[in-house]
Amino acid sequence: MNAETRAALLFLAPAMLLIGIFFFAPVIAGFALSLTDFDLYTIGDIHNLRFIALRNYRELLGSSIFWTAFGNTLYFALVGGPLTVIVSLGAALLVNTRLTRYKAFFRTVYFAPVVTTLVAVSIVFKYLYHPRFGVVNRALGHIGLGPVDWLGDPRFAMLSIIILAVWKGFGYTMIIFIAGLQNIPEELYEAAKIDGAGPWGRFRHVTVPMLGPTFLFVGIVVAIGQLQIFAEPYVMTMGGPLNRTVTAVMLMYQQGFKWWRMGYAAAVAFILFLVIGAATLVQMRFQEKR
Amino acid sequence: MMRIRRFAILLALIATACSGQRDRRERLEFWGLGREGEVVAEMIPEFERRNPSIHVVVQQIPWSAAHEKLLTAHVGESTPDAAQMGNTWIPEFVAVKALDDLTPFVAASRSVDRRDYFDGIWATNVVNGTTYGVPWYVDTRVLFYRSDVLAAVGFPNGPRTWDEWLEAMRRIKAEHRSRWAILMPTNEFEPIEVLAMTNGSPLLNADGTRGAFRQPPFAGAFEFYVELFRRGYAPAVSNSEISNLYQQFAQGDFAMHITGPWNVGEFRRRLPASMNGKWATAPLPARDASAPTGVSMAGGASLVIFAASKHKDAARKFVEFLSEPKQQIRFFELTGDLPARRSAWSAPALAADPHFPAFRKQLERVQPLPKVPEWEQIASAIFDRGEAAARGTSSTTAALTALDAKADILLEKRRWMLSRKR
Repeated sequence: MNAETRAALLFLAPAMLLIGIFFFAPVIAGFALSLTDFDLYTIGDIHNLRFIALRNYRELLGSSIFWTAFGNTLYFALVGGPLTVIVSLGAALLVNTRLTRYKAFFRTVYFAPVVTTLVAVSIVFKYLYHPRFGVVNRALGHIGLGPVDWLGDPRFAMLSIIILAVWKGFGYTMIIFIAGLQNIPEELYEAAKIDGAGPWGRFRHVTVPMLGPTFLFVGIVVAIGQLQIFAEPYVMTMGGPLNRTVTAVMLMYQQGFKWWRMGYAAAVAFILFLVIGAATLVQMRFQEKR
Repeated sequence: MMRIRRFAILLALIATACSGQRDRRERLEFWGLGREGEVVAEMIPEFERRNPSIHVVVQQIPWSAAHEKLLTAHVGESTPDAAQMGNTWIPEFVAVKALDDLTPFVAASRSVDRRDYFDGIWATNVVNGTTYGVPWYVDTRVLFYRSDVLAAVGFPNGPRTWDEWLEAMRRIKAEHRSRWAILMPTNEFEPIEVLAMTNGSPLLNADGTRGAFRQPPFAGAFEFYVELFRRGYAPAVSNSEISNLYQQFAQGDFAMHITGPWNVGEFRRRLPASMNGKWATAPLPARDASAPTGVSMAGGASLVIFAASKHKDAARKFVEFLSEPKQQIRFFELTGDLPARRSAWSAPALAADPHFPAFRKQLERVQPLPKVPEWEQIASAIFDRGEAAARGTSSTTAALTALDAKADILLEKRRWMLSRKR
């Protein structure tokens, strides 16, 4: 090992140490926990701990609630994720056009939901969605629709939560998109214009390709966030009706902190970790190809 | 100059704060749940007056978060000195060794008189012969019914046996006295539990290591339950499909409902005035005439002392205080929660009431649910399978087999632990 390598390692050491302590150690510990049957009895007496290899995983994959929870989570991510991206891109384009006045004001307004407290707005939305007294149904009533039992009807419960999540989250990705839009050189638009590209053509062939890296970043951030959804259904529906809003993290919470089956909950967490890792990889591959 | 003066003032403030009178009293931390946690604060001045050296600090915890919070507190070594606890949770907290053994305290106490408590209720606090809690208030299920409808079909005092019950339901349905004879929401497992206990089922085997669901007592009760749906006596609806229980009861959608003491107050408040005197409560019907009533579940909350507490003597005094019959009556007046002691039931507010005596009678015939920490998970499987059978998507045999299988999986750890002890 020469002096240069040693110096490099020395400079890397603090970062590696932190990543080791705060990432690799917990992941390994979590995986180790998922191979045991850590539960209530183990808290009472550590000798009640058993190494059970992959039994937690086998039991999980064989239980219907696990598939329900992961199905709900995927539904949430596959509908809510693209919706967030579309809404935030639209908002970013609107806020960013030269025609818009009071840009700073609109940016702030659209960003405001992001800084609200998730639990508080979930409770507020619960009121808005109230089947009889909620504002949403009142408004629908005026145009002759509804009433819809937003959170009580198995068909609508998850959709209602998606609407809340999109409203709450799009401001953050909008800011990222605005930053990306501002990085696109004006000359490209001018050149496209001279070449005869209309607004749609410019958007399709200049804006979208130039936003490529931003899409990747936003896609990954949104997917990670969406796959970990917990607080909204926890506050609004507790997983009901008919388990339609039980999500992966909620299943983990229930098993871990309600029944205190820590080993089993760790297995849920680890599977979720793999799913999120896979989702990220797929997106990166997809972007590389383009 | 200005700055120096401000600094001086600050120093002076800190100095007074430090020298200020410290509370020398022993600090007793008590966690109360939900409404009870709120109301218990009103009883504390009297306790502190009698025990000037103790200061009780009440922390109120919502019911929905209480179970997790208590368990987490135990794991995080931050349990209070004493707490209110749902009596079905006690086996779980015993398994994690969180609770103090109260057996010697109860034996020596002059205030807590074991014989004054309902047997079934007391039993919920005893795990493997050791007492871990003192019942605070009780909860059980009885039959609420439209007395006008039941009188019209010949049972003005409610059915006393299962045969009478079936006959009443048959006539209600045949004579169109109400739309449905009975409401048993399919997402409640309590009706199945009480039917099974009435039919003599222990629910689990003796050491709580296997389900006893395919055995005749449970199977018979389950069959009885499902039959009510098959014959159309009960609608296969869940709680969330019932928009307004009280309105539907009043307008004759159903004539009977198995529910708990909180609904006495709710029925009075929410039923229209025209329903006055047209509804009543009765103990659950017995399996046959050889028993006085059916068997219901022993619910309610107990007072427990945590093993890690450093103020156990003060905590015991507090438990004794809350257990006094006088305080039990006061607590009933404040909350509507039914007292756990027989002597408190002589209070006119309870004894002279038209609806509570049925509970008094039922409380003599209540049984604890199986005292294993896994019970709640097994119970959620019961309503899940019960719902499938009631809705006709599963045969009763398949449902019972599935229940036993589920219980066997959940109880595997217990079997392993017991086999290791031997």
